[in-house]
Amino acid sequence: MSPAAPRRPGHEVVEGRAPRPGFVLEVDRSTPPTLFHHGEGFRLERLPVGSRIVYPAEALPVLRDPDEAIRQALLHPEGQDPLPAQLFPGMKLTIAFDDVSLPLPKMRRPDIRQRVIEAVLDLAAEAGVDDVHLIAALALHRRMTEAELRHAVGDRVYDAFAPRGLLYNHDAEDRDNLTLVGETEQGEEVEINKRAAESDLLVYVNINLVSMDGGHKSTATGLSSYRSLRHHHNVKTMQRSKSFMDQHRSELHSSNWRMGKVLRDAGVKVFQIETTMNNDTFPKPFDFLQKREWEWTARDRMAFVAATTGLNRMSSRMKRNLFQSIEAPHDMTGVVAGEIEAVHAITTAKVFEQQLVAVEGQADIVTMGLPYISPYNVHSIMNPILVACLGLGYFFNMYRGKPLVREGGVVILSHPTPWEFHPVHHPSYIDFFEQVLADTTDPVEIEKRYEVSFAEDEWYRHLYRTSYAYHGVHPFYMWYWCAHALQHVGAVIIVGGDPKAVRRLGFRPASTLRDALEMAEDTVGRNPSITHTHAPPLYMADVT
Amino acid sequence: MKALRFERSLPRFAAARIAGALAPGRGATPGPLRLVDIDVPEVDAPGWVRVRPRLAGICGSDLATIDATSSRWFEPIVSFPFVPGHEVVGDLDDGTRVVLQPVLGCAARGIDPICSRCAAGQVGQCLNITFGHLEPGLQTGYCADTGGGWSIALSAHESQLHPVPDALSDEAAVMVEPTACAIRGAGKVPAGTSVVAVIGAGTLGLATIAALRHLPGELPTTVIAAAKHPDQRTLAAALGADVVVEPDGLARAVRRVTGSMAVGDGSIDRLAGGADVTIDCVGSPASIASALSITAPGGRVVLVGMPGQVDVDLTPLWQRELQLVGAYAYGTEEADGPGDGRPTFELAFDLVAAADLGRLVSATYPLARYADAIAHAAEAGRRGAVKIAFDLRNERERNR
Repeated sequence: MSPAAPRRPGHEVVEGRAPRPGFVLEVDRSTPPTLFHHGEGFRLERLPVGSRIVYPAEALPVLRDPDEAIRQALLHPEGQDPLPAQLFPGMKLTIAFDDVSLPLPKMRRPDIRQRVIEAVLDLAAEAGVDDVHLIAALALHRRMTEAELRHAVGDRVYDAFAPRGLLYNHDAEDRDNLTLVGETEQGEEVEINKRAAESDLLVYVNINLVSMDGGHKSTATGLSSYRSLRHHHNVKTMQRSKSFMDQHRSELHSSNWRMGKVLRDAGVKVFQIETTMNNDTFPKPFDFLQKREWEWTARDRMAFVAATTGLNRMSSRMKRNLFQSIEAPHDMTGVVAGEIEAVHAITTAKVFEQQLVAVEGQADIVTMGLPYISPYNVHSIMNPILVACLGLGYFFNMYRGKPLVREGGVVILSHPTPWEFHPVHHPSYIDFFEQVLADTTDPVEIEKRYEVSFAEDEWYRHLYRTSYAYHGVHPFYMWYWCAHALQHVGAVIIVGGDPKAVRRLGFRPASTLRDALEMAEDTVGRNPSITHTHAPPLYMADVT
Repeated sequence: MKALRFERSLPRFAAARIAGALAPGRGATPGPLRLVDIDVPEVDAPGWVRVRPRLAGICGSDLATIDATSSRWFEPIVSFPFVPGHEVVGDLDDGTRVVLQPVLGCAARGIDPICSRCAAGQVGQCLNITFGHLEPGLQTGYCADTGGGWSIALSAHESQLHPVPDALSDEAAVMVEPTACAIRGAGKVPAGTSVVAVIGAGTLGLATIAALRHLPGELPTTVIAAAKHPDQRTLAAALGADVVVEPDGLARAVRRVTGSMAVGDGSIDRLAGGADVTIDCVGSPASIASALSITAPGGRVVLVGMPGQVDVDLTPLWQRELQLVGAYAYGTEEADGPGDGRPTFELAFDLVAAADLGRLVSATYPLARYADAIAHAAEAGRRGAVKIAFDLRNERERNR
């Protein structure tokens, strides 16, 4: 039985049909066309007979009483005293929480963060704690807007704290409010938010959407600065993380763990709260997206036709607004609190319970239909760099053991890949795309020649701090996220993308999947094995 | 002899304007330009000789004339009818190959003593371009008396002629005149300049980039080029531009290179700082406005492309204390800038050879296909071309 399985106090789940696990389908002549996400749209594609399709598991049952589960987690933490025992009058309490990049899509209210933070604040109030700060731990991501903060923490918390300046976004460029805590044995500087570091207790509220989330990464990354991040957000780390979703083979994980130990040894006391959720990703009328095609009902088929017909008549902006308004029905499957490593072990097991799908053997070609959203374009535009990152960074790395595609194989992505950027959110991405990628797509060269000048650019700093811009260095990280895949695969083809944008990424454009498969044969030879990754909902391939 | 002649005709001007508005260069057919048989022009004065053009280029100012979009400023300083063509390499009767320096200054006009500008070697600034024994005309190609390069023969004063070294091809030689114009612009870049932005990558823009990379004297550290078309961007980089972007990306590129702050929430409305010098080789309202918005306070905007009548907000010129400087024709370059105080044409010969600018001649046409030639020149960038020229070497009349 996995560590997540014991009946934890308050963890009774909603009864219902047991969810079916993920599985691998072999395409035969009777297999209906397969759904491919394609940005703000979908495609039905016929995969060659003999291809494999990896389907995610069905959604795990959710907690019957999430608030009670949270309360129980706070009262019965792992490896630490109950939270009330750690709260006392006059103490400095800081509550940090994950930013707008989690979960995806955003969840229906109340957000998990709101539930957890309200519970923590209730206990703090009972203990007479009145020095409380709430910080959105966004590292080098863009600041959250008021609406986004309200969605995450709820109106009650927002109205009680934000007007008094006690609820705010972490600022990784505010030198006065950062502190260098120490260095790891490898010389990695650990610099984090000063308020968090100097608090008597830092409570970190996580939403663990994938196995990379949480653990020491929460504080060591979420509340840190470029000075710290550059030690693990780099090409070498990403190429040595196979994959960064597998903590036992992730250099990214190892670096964050080393930094976490520096924080712990320096006396930064963290009460970690990690939450997991099921993969119930799409609400009606888009719920057909998470069904297996041969199980589509007449209503599902009508919904698909209606959705695609309607979307075809919409402008890009209208489609984007429609999709970005989606609030997912996913909900909590677990909550664990206490000492970071003990908590994270349980959480990871719970994430795997939802996401792991056993797959035997790699494929010559892996196809992916990329959806409209990634962690970095919430309420924004999925620009070409984010398309690359979602496909080659996130989806490619959703594996344990071996990548789904063999070394030297081909990844085929399906996405419109428009040459379009959100100027407010992604100003440095524009320059990265137009200047850096026009020069070279080699991550090592890019890191060596361009990173520092973008990271230290005063205009990007200004926009990051005062507007809603991702940090100047952020597009580099997106490209580094692709570094393992770029090193591993022989070619990348994008179906249905803007050819000019696709070429700028260094990839090959194809107008149809059939064309892409033919082009791929140049790299992998005739009669290749093909695996389609049927996501989202997200899953993680356990490849043996 | 056969010549393309531009006549004064208001209905044809109107027709050219309409046709040119529909598609650039289309004013050639309905407009005042005609392929005609005329007498060989002769100027009955000392020092005048016959030049038989070998190649004669088509310039942006020619296209503006053909489409009737050029400024009325020129009306009193040209004389009709005239034979266009001021970018000329040709033969003298004794077989000497020459490049024409087309400005009709005091020496050509028989004015003695010559004006102070001509005396200073700045023939482009001549004070007497409408006086003397010639009809008005700022250059050969705009003067009724001299003829022009788009013909079998023209008349030129010996002060206008520069022998062509044997090593220089006709294609390279026909690039000398436009290259000299570009050098004139590059020569306005003060010593100690760090960043220069060049807007436009047609003939003038590309030659300007080459000048900023090859001229003697102190050159800028970084040259940023804005080029509309892919082939132009390739050439701009090949000629030495450090950063090459599409026009829409120019402000971002200048900001990145200079480390400027920018006004605008992620989009760039204008730069707080910017390039030290911007050389506008287009001359449109948009390019001038762009130049004013990307040039650092106290910096300089140089107009190399012929601007015409434009509607531009000059507030930035005032508020940022910018210098707006024209660069026309040729003379002698300043001693402390690129060019090292040498005559522009001399520098142009060297630069054409050093940067292999003869490669910019993309296509040539006989006079009879003048409409095609002009259409090609008007759409050169889009069609992957740079300089279009008339090739007169095989004209039957010339070889009689």
